Parts: sequence; C-alpha cells; structure tokens
Amino acid sequence: MNYKRIKEKIYKWIFTVLAFSSLFFLVGIMIVLFKEGIPIFKDAGFFKFLFGAKWYPTYEPPDFGILPLILGSIWVTAGAIIVCVPLGVGSALYLNEIAGFRQRQFLKPIVELLASIPSVVYGFFGMVIVTPFLQRIFNLPTGLTALNASLILGLMATPTVCSIAEDALSYVPRAFREASFAVGANRWQTLTRVVIPAAGSGISTAIILGMSRAIGETMTVLMVAGGAAVIPKTFFSPVRPMTAAIAAEMGEAPMGGDHYHALFAIALILFLITFIFNIIAEIISRRFRIKLGLSG
Amino acid sequence: MKKLAVMMAAGIAAISLAAGTCFAEKIVMAGSTTVLPIAQKTAEEFMNDNPSADISVRGGGSSVGIAALIDGNCDIADSSRPIKDVEIQKASANGRDPVAHIVALDGIAVVVNKSNSVSKLSKKQVRDIYTGKITDWSQIGGKPGKIVVVSRDTASGTFEAFGELIMNKEKVMPSALMQASNQAVGQIIGQTPSGIGYVGLGFMSGELKAVEIEGVMPSKETVISGKYPVSRPLFMYTNGKPQGVLKEYLDFIKSKRGQELVETQGYVGLK
Repeated sequence: MNYKRIKEKIYKWIFTVLAFSSLFFLVGIMIVLFKEGIPIFKDAGFFKFLFGAKWYPTYEPPDFGILPLILGSIWVTAGAIIVCVPLGVGSALYLNEIAGFRQRQFLKPIVELLASIPSVVYGFFGMVIVTPFLQRIFNLPTGLTALNASLILGLMATPTVCSIAEDALSYVPRAFREASFAVGANRWQTLTRVVIPAAGSGISTAIILGMSRAIGETMTVLMVAGGAAVIPKTFFSPVRPMTAAIAAEMGEAPMGGDHYHALFAIALILFLITFIFNIIAEIISRRFRIKLGLSG
Repeated sequence: MKKLAVMMAAGIAAISLAAGTCFAEKIVMAGSTTVLPIAQKTAEEFMNDNPSADISVRGGGSSVGIAALIDGNCDIADSSRPIKDVEIQKASANGRDPVAHIVALDGIAVVVNKSNSVSKLSKKQVRDIYTGKITDWSQIGGKPGKIVVVSRDTASGTFEAFGELIMNKEKVMPSALMQASNQAVGQIIGQTPSGIGYVGLGFMSGELKAVEIEGVMPSKETVISGKYPVSRPLFMYTNGKPQGVLKEYLDFIKSKRGQELVETQGYVGLK
C-alpha cells in the first residue's frame, strides 16, 4: 500500500517536471536573448539600431541599423500571406465543405505531407527551379528576390494555414448549416454568409500562425531571398530577412563582440514578433471557441 | 534495476577509459571554410599513415577558429587571414601564444557568367562595381545589362581578404547579394548572365569564367610568382610551437606529399 502510494507520487512528480520543462526552456531562452541582446542597445542606441538603414556589422566603425532586415522579413512574410491564404483557406474550404469522404481521405494527408518536406529542400527547389524561371519570365537581372522567397514561404505555410482553418471549419456546428439550408439558402450562400463568418476567427488564427511560420523560416530565405541588406522597394529586389542575417553571420561573429550582441538583439526582436503573433492567435481562437459554445 | 545501474556505470567507465587512451593523439581543428578542404584531405591521409592519430576537423570560419584557439577549444585554428592585434591581445590575456604556419596559397578569382564577353578588369573597376559606381556592363565594354553584384558575407575570411586586396576598405554597397559560401556564389554566377562575384581559386568550375585582373589571369603560376594581385596565404595557427603529433601533422602538410594534396584540392602549393 505504502509502496504503491510512493510510486504514484513519483510518477506525478515526473510528469509535473516534464510538463513544466517547456516553461523552463522558454524562460531560459528569453533570459539568454535579453542578456546577450541588450548590450547592443546601449552601445549603438535603441532607435539607431531599430531604425538605422545601414547594416555594416564588420566595418570600422560598424553600422548596426537593422531596418533593412526588419523590412526584408516583413516583405517576404506579407508576400507569403498573399500566397498561402488563398491556397490554405481555399483548400480547407474545399476539404471540409465540398470534397466527399474519399477525396478528403486522399487529399488531407497530401496537404499535410507538404509540411514534412525539410526547409532546405524547399530552398533548393527555389534556388534551382524558381530562380531561373522568375529571371526569365520577368526579365530580371537575378531571380533571387523577395518574390521568390514569398512564393516558397507561402507554399511552406500553406499546410499550417490549411489544417488549422480546416479544424476551425469543422468546429462550426452542423445545426448552423442545417438552419441555413432550412431557410432556403443555397450552398454558396451558406458557405459565405454562415460558415465562413462563424469560423472567421478560427481562420484568422490560422493565418496568423501561418505568418509566424513564415517570418521565422530561415534556411529557405537564406537560400533564395538574395541576401542584400537594402530597404526593399519592390518584390523584385533582393532582401535580407532577419533570420537569414542571423544564420549567415552568427558563425563568424566573434563571441562577446558588438556584432554578436547585435545578432542576439535581432533574434530578440524576431522572438518578440512571433511571440506577439502567437498571443494574438491564442486570444482570437479562445474567443472563437466561446462563441461557438465550445469550452474555452 | 540495480543490475542495470551497475552495468551502465561500467559502460560509462569503459567509454571514458577508451576516450582517455586516444586523447593523447587527438587533434581538434576548427576555422576557415576556405582552409577546410585542405585540412580534411591532409588529415585523412595523415590518419591513414598514422592509425593512432585522431584528427577532427570543423569549419565555422576564421574568426570562430581563432576564438576557439584562444579559448583552448581547439589545437589548430584554420584561418584565411592573419590573426588580428585584438585577437593576439585576447590570446595573451588567456595565457596563449598563437603561432602562424602558412600551409598554402589561395587566389581569389573574380568570376562572371561564362556567357559574359568581359574578360579583363582593373582593380579599380572591380572596386567601382562593388561600391555601386559602375552599375551596367556597357560601362566597362560589355553587353548592356544591370550588373548583379554577388559578395561573400561580411564576416567571412574571403570577404575580408577581398576587402583588403581590392576594396581598399571601401564599403561594398548594401544591394550586393551577400552569400554564405563560395559554393553559393558560384551557383548564383552560374545561373545569372549579368552577375559578378568572387571565389577562392579552389572553387572554380566550368560554369564560371575568371577575369584577368590588371592584365593577369589567376592561376597557380601567377599566384606563386605574386603577379596576380588578389592572392593571399592561408594559415594554420597553433598554441605555441607545435609538438608531438601536432608537429608531425603540420610537417606533413608542408612536405612534398602534403603540398601535392593541397593542389589536388584546387589551391596553390607553397613550392
């Protein structure tokens, strides 16, 4: 009896520790990011760092302006949204509302399979196939542009958007649809006036999580975005998103130097952006569940 | 349960013992990706001759290698640039004494797509292209077309050498495509008709065309004779004078056979 009780207690402890380990790692990472990132704000000045237009980290004297990098990330993410929202939400609508049972059994795993392709493979595809293609059809000097990165990132974020949006659609109670049909609405009207508004916040969550997937992606943008730290003016110009700058430069930045701290500060800003995205997504999805009468 | 613990303890003890015995012959190298192929090839051959030696080779970049040497995390730091004064100060503060060994020579070839008709450039022209003063191939006698400038990342050893040998410390314009490796530069120039880039001589391929700089084509001969202006020595740094296996290995690289291996990797031997 006593032995059994102790055993139970031990198990309880083990699982408590496991459950809290995520929190532990999250806090640990945040502490490191702040500790290693803050020094550059003192040295270079917070606003000069955030809104400086020149990124010359290794020159004497160095310029640590990350505005081109932030804008690079924003451009490719915005572009990715333009690609992945129609693709992801469209496929979710088809899967949940139109496709028959067998089609769904077949298509859904395929969309999810898209998520399992390693990002370096996407990057390779972008570099070898999409780059020369864009170069030819738009007659560009180089195909390594924000557009290229947007297309590939959009494709990569599609499974995320699709599966979360599909979940949201499937949560819309059947009674909603039945009531709509009962008052004489056809399928299209039901879809656009009833189902989509009901699942709206769930779909927004899907899009925001897709954005946070796109903005954090590294390998692909390193390979296809071109890597030029300029403030982008069109989708046809090469960009250097924040993740690409960190990945390309961290290996060579001397530990403890200004450049090193600057890269940590970029990581910190990136982390805050995705953190905010995720919190917004969480709030919206909680409201959505309450609205549909599901547990919060 | 108890049995398992005992077995695990025994296992750990055995592993650490085994690690202890080969520790004596172990060499850890880290640093420049430019020196990496030389380090790998010579380490491989050296270990074939001396089965008791265990050399592990890592890349990371010149700065990383030297930082690791200063911190005592490696025995040899590969570097494509001479050690900086700041680094020497840090090293002596840590009680370390970096000693340079030149292991090979490397030329940096300025490359264009093989369809490009331009075959000669002066140092000043290359500099003007990289600072953005020259933006179109027609300005330097080529077919009209916007020049796509490709550079290595600002932290790489090749970039620093290029900066020193060509740029006179002027800044590469921000709209240059900054790439993380020699291979990436080669790949882009290979598929960009209006591109210009620079790679180590060891990374030349059929898709690329090297241009003459100040009338000199980069080649083994012009690098050794010192005529080709964009060339540099490649270093390995040790802490103090090398001894034991470390010395044998470095002697091996500098030997005739070692230098032949250097050349098979596309670099220029010392003799």
